[in-house]
Amino acid sequence: MLNLKLNNLNAAMLLGATMLFSACGGNSENAEGGSSLSGSIQIDGSSTVYPITEAVAEEFRAEAPDVKVTVGVSGTGGGMKKFTRGDIDIVDASRQMKPSEDSLAQANGITYVELSVAYDGLTVVVHPENDWVKDITVAELKKIWEPAAQGTIKKWNQIRPEWPDKELHLYGPGVESGTYDYFTEAVVGESHSSRGDYTASEDDNVLVQGVSTDPYALGFFGFAYFEENQSKLKAVPVDDMDDSNGKGAILPSLETVKDGSYAPLSRPLYIYVNSKATARPEVITFINFYLDNAGELSQEVGYIPLPDELYKEQKQKFEQFAKGAQK
Amino acid sequence: MTNSDINRLKDKAFQVFGIFCTFIGLVVLAVFLFDIIAEGIARIDWDFLTSLPSRRASRAGILTAWVGTLWILVLTTIIAFPLGVAAGVYLEEYGKKNKMANFLEINIANLAGVPSIIYGLLGLEVFVRQMRLGGSLLAGALTLSLLILPIIIVTTREAIKAVPRSIRDGSYALGASKWQTVWNQVLPASFGGILTGIILALSRAVGEAAPLIVIGALAYVPFTPSTPMDEFTVLPIQIFNWTSRPQEAFLTNAAAAIIILLIITFLLNGIAVYLRNKQQKKVKW
Repeated sequence: MLNLKLNNLNAAMLLGATMLFSACGGNSENAEGGSSLSGSIQIDGSSTVYPITEAVAEEFRAEAPDVKVTVGVSGTGGGMKKFTRGDIDIVDASRQMKPSEDSLAQANGITYVELSVAYDGLTVVVHPENDWVKDITVAELKKIWEPAAQGTIKKWNQIRPEWPDKELHLYGPGVESGTYDYFTEAVVGESHSSRGDYTASEDDNVLVQGVSTDPYALGFFGFAYFEENQSKLKAVPVDDMDDSNGKGAILPSLETVKDGSYAPLSRPLYIYVNSKATARPEVITFINFYLDNAGELSQEVGYIPLPDELYKEQKQKFEQFAKGAQK
Repeated sequence: MTNSDINRLKDKAFQVFGIFCTFIGLVVLAVFLFDIIAEGIARIDWDFLTSLPSRRASRAGILTAWVGTLWILVLTTIIAFPLGVAAGVYLEEYGKKNKMANFLEINIANLAGVPSIIYGLLGLEVFVRQMRLGGSLLAGALTLSLLILPIIIVTTREAIKAVPRSIRDGSYALGASKWQTVWNQVLPASFGGILTGIILALSRAVGEAAPLIVIGALAYVPFTPSTPMDEFTVLPIQIFNWTSRPQEAFLTNAAAAIIILLIITFLLNGIAVYLRNKQQKKVKW
């Protein structure tokens, strides 16, 4: 299905390029000419966003074979350091740029544009044989994860009296990950602040392994890791006590993350583009290609696409920015 | 029970304990190898070795990763081999045994124990930024050279130490200069040991991912490098990247890539053993 579409797209691009060469004109967005592009585009940053960018870069190979797109995985923080020094063209980010990073960019004379490319739904999971947890509220999650819980919240019945008098075992991403930052911000209210006595791993597959073998476990990680391991895990519906964005407790799914009702645990993923890079036609074409295909490709690698109109908005935002940067 | 019976018993007990200890390591290694091979061997085919990275596990290959690993190996050898051996020869043959020599010796021994990520940070500042090499193969090879230099220096010194004093004295007695003695007698006699050290050091370098990620080695590179200034990726980074993916099929890919990395390491070790045996036969005294 995707292949078919991409082939059509390629055919269209080829056609566009042919027309361009023969007629020396044309007003398509890729007026610079698809396959005649060359140069290199350097991308680095979040390992969470990496699969999407890798997929886009892979498809872009067919679109413009002479453009060398490289992608690194230094993490959002490491990528931002390179981006704000002007070492790379695009940074993958699983969180927004911090004010400290922004001032670094300004000090180095770098202007940029932020584009959202997909959503990730942080999923709260328990062991599949856990039959007592039917849903959980954000307030309860906060009670479990806030720093004050360390050493005091140790049993399931401390959260809800009807839950069993059994030990509660917690699993979560390590404190260096963007996932941890986002979860603590959304649940505890302060980024990077939580209890320390939980099983932490930078490798989400380790967390999957942990929760799926421990009947008294509770953990959280990105939606893709739940989706791939549905038989071994059970997702817990989350209630944010705000009926304006969906009533009651809501399970993360393609629909609920996309329409915003799975709040507050859906997070957008970003790319940032350096304005200097937008002077190069291959970068313009790549970003437009990215936003055109991010929907389908992000879903293929386990993330959730933005609504179509948001992709359009991002494209307009980028077009405006690129125009402004040329002046 | 006589005293000698007790001693014999103790002897037997220690023997059993020793066998037990030996087997712990071997069994763990065997389980690990079996696990990896069972999972990954079916995935290895020509396409896997010649394909570019892909988001689809079944189409993804390790071409850029293993070519990058070979590049890094060759460049690291070119840089670290002369430096390490020369440093070892100096310290053992020329350097005076004073406080300065002691100081150097302690530091080199300590450097061998520094975590590899620290070398990555050093490489990032010195090679990538100050020398403006960027995240290139050359920067990576220089960083890994720093990492394995202490090992090469230490093994070179051990190998040179093993050359008997009488060989040197004989050479001097025939009127050879110090340089002639080192070049014609000491180095050839100790070459097997030196080579073994270098190849074992390279086997360590080939498995490193952390320092290379720090200096900016990439995860997705759709072309094989053609000059030392090109960007690159290596097998350990590719493996690390695949093991953290949610899709099970990528774990199979990772296992297959681990087998390839193991083959490279075993080949290197095999070469080391072969060269050492060959060298030992040559030494006549």
